Amino acid sequence: MTAPSPFHTLPRKSATFDDYTLSEIRRAAATGIYDIRGGGTKRKLPHFDDLLFLGASMSRYPLEGYREKCATNVTLGTRFAKKPIELKIPVTIAGMSFGALSAQAKEALGRGASIAGTSTTTGDGGMTPEERGQSQTLVYQYLPSRYGMNLRDLKKADAIEIVVGQGAKPGGGGMLLGQKISDRVAEMRSLPKGIDQRSACRHPDWTGADDLELKILELREITDWEKPIYLKIGASRPYYDTALAVKTGADVIVLDGMQGGTAASQDVFIEHVGIPILSAIRPAVQALQDLGMHRKVQLIVSGGIRNGADVAKALALGADAVSIGSAAMVALGDNDPRWEAEYQALGSTAGAYDDWHEGLDPAGITTQDPALAARLDPVAAGRRLANYLSVMTLEAQTIARACGKSHLHNLEPEDLCALTLEAAAMAQVPLAGTGWVPGRNGF
Amino acid sequence: MTTFDLETKTVRDLNAALHRLPLTGSAAPFQILNPNGEHSIAVGVDADVEIAIDGPVGYFCGGMCRQARITIDGNAGQGVGENMESGLIHVKGDASQSAGATGRGGLLLIEGNASARCGISMKGVDIVVKGDIGHLSGFMAQTGRMVVFGEAGESLGDSLYEARLYVRGPVASLGADCIAKEMRDTHRAELYDLLTAAGEAGRVDVGEFTRYGSARQLYTFHVDNAGAY
Repeated sequence: MTAPSPFHTLPRKSATFDDYTLSEIRRAAATGIYDIRGGGTKRKLPHFDDLLFLGASMSRYPLEGYREKCATNVTLGTRFAKKPIELKIPVTIAGMSFGALSAQAKEALGRGASIAGTSTTTGDGGMTPEERGQSQTLVYQYLPSRYGMNLRDLKKADAIEIVVGQGAKPGGGGMLLGQKISDRVAEMRSLPKGIDQRSACRHPDWTGADDLELKILELREITDWEKPIYLKIGASRPYYDTALAVKTGADVIVLDGMQGGTAASQDVFIEHVGIPILSAIRPAVQALQDLGMHRKVQLIVSGGIRNGADVAKALALGADAVSIGSAAMVALGDNDPRWEAEYQALGSTAGAYDDWHEGLDPAGITTQDPALAARLDPVAAGRRLANYLSVMTLEAQTIARACGKSHLHNLEPEDLCALTLEAAAMAQVPLAGTGWVPGRNGF
Repeated sequence: MTTFDLETKTVRDLNAALHRLPLTGSAAPFQILNPNGEHSIAVGVDADVEIAIDGPVGYFCGGMCRQARITIDGNAGQGVGENMESGLIHVKGDASQSAGATGRGGLLLIEGNASARCGISMKGVDIVVKGDIGHLSGFMAQTGRMVVFGEAGESLGDSLYEARLYVRGPVASLGADCIAKEMRDTHRAELYDLLTAAGEAGRVDVGEFTRYGSARQLYTFHVDNAGAY
């Protein structure tokens, strides 16, 4: 037997086969099934952090903080609806289903949104009385599965959001594994209790934009042309998808980037399908402008919105409002370090817990277990969400005033610069300190 | 009797009038003349009312209706009776694709043929088709019953949940997790009741039908089913 060499380099791990990759290969080999998890993409992407506001200086005149007004209201659904949605702030709560979330969490979202003067949205599971009762403005999602969809709830809604796709999984349907199909969830979805539910990814009664135009017409007729009709799409081909959405007659387009979360999907889908929201806003706005519909068909963007700076940047790029899901869950109490011992027991840690599909959430949010769900006080959690929404709004106002804007909607791309070439190219704003916008004027 | 002539009034006028009907108590019947294939006729109606449509209709006729009893004296376009919750929709001609899609209750009776995806994602509705049905019918059908006097196209009942499908004629192929099942007395009685509701009791022999339902092999994720997901 040959003696080991006394000369070694330090052990070096592969950048390609890093520890996470190795663990996934071992997991796949042991189980034979793809990894399913909740949340959005975890990879690093070009994002709003790669943009900066220029602020006011010699050529721009700022507004005084605390004295000069910077308005934040937004009206959604002005194109055709008789009763557009009036919101005090341009930050809405994204669709998250009862089933994926506990009834307490849904109620808390409604409470928080109502305090803040914004809307919340149902999800792939129907409308619960708790949610309707606590939501001043409630958007009712119309999904391929049509779980829980019924006429009387539709008439109780303030707006309808037809879901074509979502950023976490453009082209994919939902999942709700058996652990979360409780008696109540099963009844609302007309499914056997305890099965692994696979939602369809295609709507059952329309195919393509021409059909969808007629579907929207039907929903308008059913609701007597009162309610705004949103169309939610996962960011993938934003210019053409937006143009087609306008063609179908939607009042509002919801554009969800790949950072947007999901209750449960294949990890490979979350990480490898769709595009970042930063790269999707300008093409969507361009399509609206080319059709003369910018500000007439409102644009809500979502996917990784975390703070008032993100809100301001999204609006400066041309959006009318943003939507938050993952961040709202964190405000309720998701992934709170107070539950660290229990996260550890589940093989995770606070900040990384994403096995929402298992229904064992220590924070009581992504579960149907009555004991766990009871941990979430909907009143207190709703208050936290309202506080967070208020902070986001104040932050966005602070930035807008610094840019000399008396309304958040007056922010514009000319207020921005980019820190990286990628962000400059995607957001179509100049690289910081230069006048260079990659791709513009042939360069 | 309230008569609406869609050559002189609009679908909007019609639906607005239907939506003004009270939720409870019987309303005077409606007759709709010259529908001419218009879309969204009599949608979202929530009233105990007879609606007679004198001719062919376009997309989504009777969509999301409760209580109403609608008769279409002609062919129906895509999505007739989609998400209907109760009442009756009687199509005297043929129906295009996605008839009764996601229907939650009531009876959809089609005298002629129904195209592809009939009863897709149905959630409690009863559907009786006196002719044939197209491919992918009963896809992801959750609950409810579908009766077909004629033939069924390819991939019948693909990814079926607990809906029960009764087909008299040949089936081109079964979809994933859909199998032929034994006809027990309860099923024969159930089928007889459906035939009665369709006005065919005693004229069609329940013994000529085959019952199809879920094999329930795809109800939980399993590595050996990967090819079927």
